Amino acid sequence: MINLSHFLILAALLFMIGVVGIFLNRKNIIILLMAIELMLLAVNMNFIAFSYYLGDIAGQIFVFFILTVAAAEAAIGLAIIIIVFRNNRSIDVEDINRLKG
Amino acid sequence: MTILNILTVIPLAPLFAACFVGLFGKKLPKYYSFGIPILGVSIAFALSMYSLYLTLYGFKLNETVYTWLASGGYIFEVGFLIDTLSAVMMVIVTFISLMVHIYTISYMKDDTGFSRFFSYISLFTFAMLMLVMSNNFLQLFFGWEAVGLVSYLLIGFWYKKPRAIYANLKAFLVNRVGDFGLILGVALIMFWFGTLDYQEVFNRLPALLSQEVVLFNTSISLVTLIGTCLFIGAMGKSAQVPLHVWLPDSMEGPTPISALIHAATMVTAGIYLVARMSPLFELSDFVLSLVIVIGAITAISMGILGIVQNDIKKIIAYSTLSQLGYMTVALGVSAYSVAIFHLLTHAFFKALLFLGAGSVIIGMHHDQDITQMGGLKKYMPVTALTFLIGSLSLIGTPLFSGFYSKETIIEAASLSSAWGANFAYFALVFGVFFTALYSFRLYFLVFCGEERWHTIRRKKNEHGLKSKEYPVESSKIITIPLVILAIPSIFIGMLLIDPLVYGNFFDGNITVDNKIHTNIDLLASHYHGVWSMAVHSLFTLPLWFAIAGVLLAWALFIKKMKINFKFLNPFKSSLKNNYGFDDFNEKYIAKGILKLGDFLSSKVDIKIIDDFLVNGSGRLVTYFANKLKLIQSGYIYHYAFFMIIGLFLLISFFVRT
Repeated sequence: MINLSHFLILAALLFMIGVVGIFLNRKNIIILLMAIELMLLAVNMNFIAFSYYLGDIAGQIFVFFILTVAAAEAAIGLAIIIIVFRNNRSIDVEDINRLKG
Repeated sequence: MTILNILTVIPLAPLFAACFVGLFGKKLPKYYSFGIPILGVSIAFALSMYSLYLTLYGFKLNETVYTWLASGGYIFEVGFLIDTLSAVMMVIVTFISLMVHIYTISYMKDDTGFSRFFSYISLFTFAMLMLVMSNNFLQLFFGWEAVGLVSYLLIGFWYKKPRAIYANLKAFLVNRVGDFGLILGVALIMFWFGTLDYQEVFNRLPALLSQEVVLFNTSISLVTLIGTCLFIGAMGKSAQVPLHVWLPDSMEGPTPISALIHAATMVTAGIYLVARMSPLFELSDFVLSLVIVIGAITAISMGILGIVQNDIKKIIAYSTLSQLGYMTVALGVSAYSVAIFHLLTHAFFKALLFLGAGSVIIGMHHDQDITQMGGLKKYMPVTALTFLIGSLSLIGTPLFSGFYSKETIIEAASLSSAWGANFAYFALVFGVFFTALYSFRLYFLVFCGEERWHTIRRKKNEHGLKSKEYPVESSKIITIPLVILAIPSIFIGMLLIDPLVYGNFFDGNITVDNKIHTNIDLLASHYHGVWSMAVHSLFTLPLWFAIAGVLLAWALFIKKMKINFKFLNPFKSSLKNNYGFDDFNEKYIAKGILKLGDFLSSKVDIKIIDDFLVNGSGRLVTYFANKLKLIQSGYIYHYAFFMIIGLFLLISFFVRT
C-alpha cells in the first residue's frame, strides 16, 4: 500500500538529487537550471501529496500556479544563459566566476 | 536717563565711531574720518570727567548692564564698577586718547590708511574703557584681549613693512604668554570662588585664605597661586622682564599709537589690574615680593638699555619699560595708590614725549636716528620746549609731576620691610641716574649741538632731510596737543599728590593691610606737603643721582668731553643685544618650540596618528578583508553550498529548541 510517507520520501529524494546536482555539476549551466527545476518539482510533489492526504484541493491549485511561474522562470533562466554564452563563449559553470571578491 | 545709561554711552561712543569710520570711512569725505572718532572720544571724555566728579562725592556703582549667559550656577555678565580708581583710569584713557586723536589728524594726513587708523584707535579706546570699567573678570579678559588685538593691528599698521609684521607677531606671541597666566588665574578664581564678580570674589576671600592647592606634589596657598597667575598676565601686558621683549619692537607702529597704547594706556593695564586686585595681592607676601623683584629688575635693566639706543622712539620705549618697572615696584610694596599716581603722571609726560618724538620725526622726514639730528631747538621751538618739560618731568625734577610720583615710589620702597624691597630701593635710585642720562642724551643729541643732518648724504629713496632742506616746526594740530599735555606734565603731580596718595581718595577701592605693610603709614607720616617734599629732596639721593645723570649727559654730548669708557666695552655688546633676551628667545624658545613642533608633527602626528591610528585601522580592515575574500570564490555552486548548509544549520537550530 502506498501511503503519504512514500510520497514524502520520493519528494525528499528528488530534492536531494536537485541539491547534489547543483553542487557536483561543474560543466553545464543548463543542468544547473534543470536541477533547480527538479527541486521545485520535489516541493510540488509534497504539495500534491499533502493535498490528497488532507482532502484539501487548495494545494493542487497552488501547484498549477507554481508550474506556471516555473515555466516563466525557466524561460528567463534560459534567456540569461544565452546572454552568458554570448559574453563568455561558454556555458561552463567553472568559467563563470566573475563574482569573485 | 539713568546714570547707568550715561555710563554705557562712555564705551559705546568710541565703538560706534570705530564701526562707522571702519565701514564707511573710505567712501565719505576725510573730515568724517577724524570728526566722528573725535566726537565719540570727546563724549567719552566728558562723561568720564562727569563720573569722576560724581565719584569724588562718594558715588560708587557696581551694576550689571547685560547678562550675557547663565549656565548652571555660573552667570556671565557685562557690568560696570565705577569708583575712584576706575574713574581716574577712564579719564586718563579718554584724555590721552583725545589728544592722540587730534594729533593724528596731522600726523597721518598723507597716509592711505587714514580712516583705518582712526577706526583702530577708536576701537582701542572702547576696548580699554571696557577693561577699566569692568566689574568682573570675564569683561576684564575681553577688554584685555581686545586691547591686545588692536595693539597687534596697529603695530602692523604699515603691513607692507616686513619689520612691522615681525614686530606685531612678536607682540602678539609674547602677550599670549602673559594672557595664558591671566586666564589661568581667572579660571582658578572661577573654580574656587564660583563667581567672576570682583566684589563677590573679595567678599569670599577670607573664607579661602587658608585654602591650599597641590601643584606638582607641593602644596601652595591658593591666594599665592592666583596672585602669581594674575601677575604673569600683568607682566605680559605691562612688559615686565622677561616678557618685555615685545615693547621695543612695537615702535614699528605709527608714533601716535606708541604714545597712546605703548606708553600711556594699554601697557598700564597690568598695573591697573594689580591695583584693582589689591585685596587679593595684599594677602600673599610671596607674590608681593615677586612683584617687587620683577619690577626692580625691569626698572634698572631697561633704563640702562635706554642709553645705548640710537632710535628716538626706542629710547622712549625703554624709558617706558623702566617707568613701568617703577610702578610695579610701587605695587609690590603695597603702595597701590602711588602706582596709580605714577601711572597718571607718566601717562601725561610719556604721551608728551612720544608725541614730541613724532613731531621730531616729521621734522626730520621720518629719519629716527638721533645721531643724525642735532640743533633742532632753533627750528622746532615748541616741540623742543615741550620735550624738555616732558624730560624734566620724567627724570623727577622737583615740582614737576614725575618728581612727586617717582620720589614717593622710591620712598615707599625704602620704608618697606617686604623681602626684596632693599634691592628694589637701590635699583630704583640707580634707575634715576640712568633715566636722567638717557633722557638728556636724547634731548641734547636731538635739540642741541651741531646740526648733523646737513652733512649726511642720502640715497634717493631713503627717509630723512635732503641736502639744503631744513626741518620746520610741525603744524598747530600737532603742537597744540603737545602744549595741552605739557601743562599736566608740570602741575598735575603737585595738585593731586595730596588727595590721591595721602588723602582718602582711593579708600574702599584699594585695600592695604596697614598692620603688615606699615610702610604706607610711615610714608604718610613723613609727608609734610608739596613744598617741603621738594625742599626735602635736596637732601636725598635720587635728586643728586638725577643731577649727576644730566651733568654726565651734558659733559658727553654738549661739551664733547672725552671720557674713557673702555672699561665698559665688555658690556657693550650685551647691552646692544638687549641682554641677549631676543637671542635667547630666538635660539632656545623659538627653536625649542619649533623642534617640539617638528617632533610632534613628524613623530606624533605623522607616525602615531596618521600612520598607526588612521592608516593602521585601514590596514587592519584590508588584512581581514584579504583573508575573508578567499571565501568569495565566485562559483555559483559554492554559494549554493553555503546557502544549503546555512539553511540546514538554521533549521536544525530552530528544530532543536
